[in-house]
Amino acid sequence: MFDGKQVIVIGERDGIAGPAIAACVQAAGAPVAFVATECFV
Amino acid sequence: MDLSTQETIKRLVDQHGAEALLVVLGAPDAESAGIAAETVVLGDPSWAGPLAGVQLGLPVYHILEDELRAAVPAEVWEEQVGLMLDVLEVDDIADAVREFREQAST
Repeated sequence: MFDGKQVIVIGERDGIAGPAIAACVQAAGAPVAFVATECFV
Repeated sequence: MDLSTQETIKRLVDQHGAEALLVVLGAPDAESAGIAAETVVLGDPSWAGPLAGVQLGLPVYHILEDELRAAVPAEVWEEQVGLMLDVLEVDDIADAVREFREQAST
C-alpha cells in the first residue's frame, strides 16, 4: 500500500506513540520521512 | 496539530511533492484522528498553523486500520500496536480518517 511513498508518522501520547508506528512502517519496507508524537489538547 | 509538525509537513510536501508522501496517525479517538486527517487533507481547521487554508490532499491512514495491519508483518504489528486494538474505538477512528481520506482522493 505504500507504493514507494515516504511516510509521515504522527503519533499521539494518549494513543499510539510515533516510534511504535514508525517501527511498523519500516517493517513494512517503507521509508519514514518524519516522526512526531503529539499531545492533543 | 502542533504548529512545528505542520511546518515540517509543509516543507516535506514542498521538497518531495504530495504524491510521494503518505501520513500514518496514532490518535487515541475519532475526534483527534479526524482533526489530524483534516489538517493534512483540507488544511488546519483551527486556522492557527502553517497549513491553514493549505489543501495538501495527502493520503492518510490510522495505524489500526485494516489496510495498515495488512501491510505490516503480523508479529511487528502485534508487538508495537496490537494491544491498543482492545483499548481504542477503532471503528470510529477509522470512519473519521476515511471521511477525509476519501476527500483527498476525489
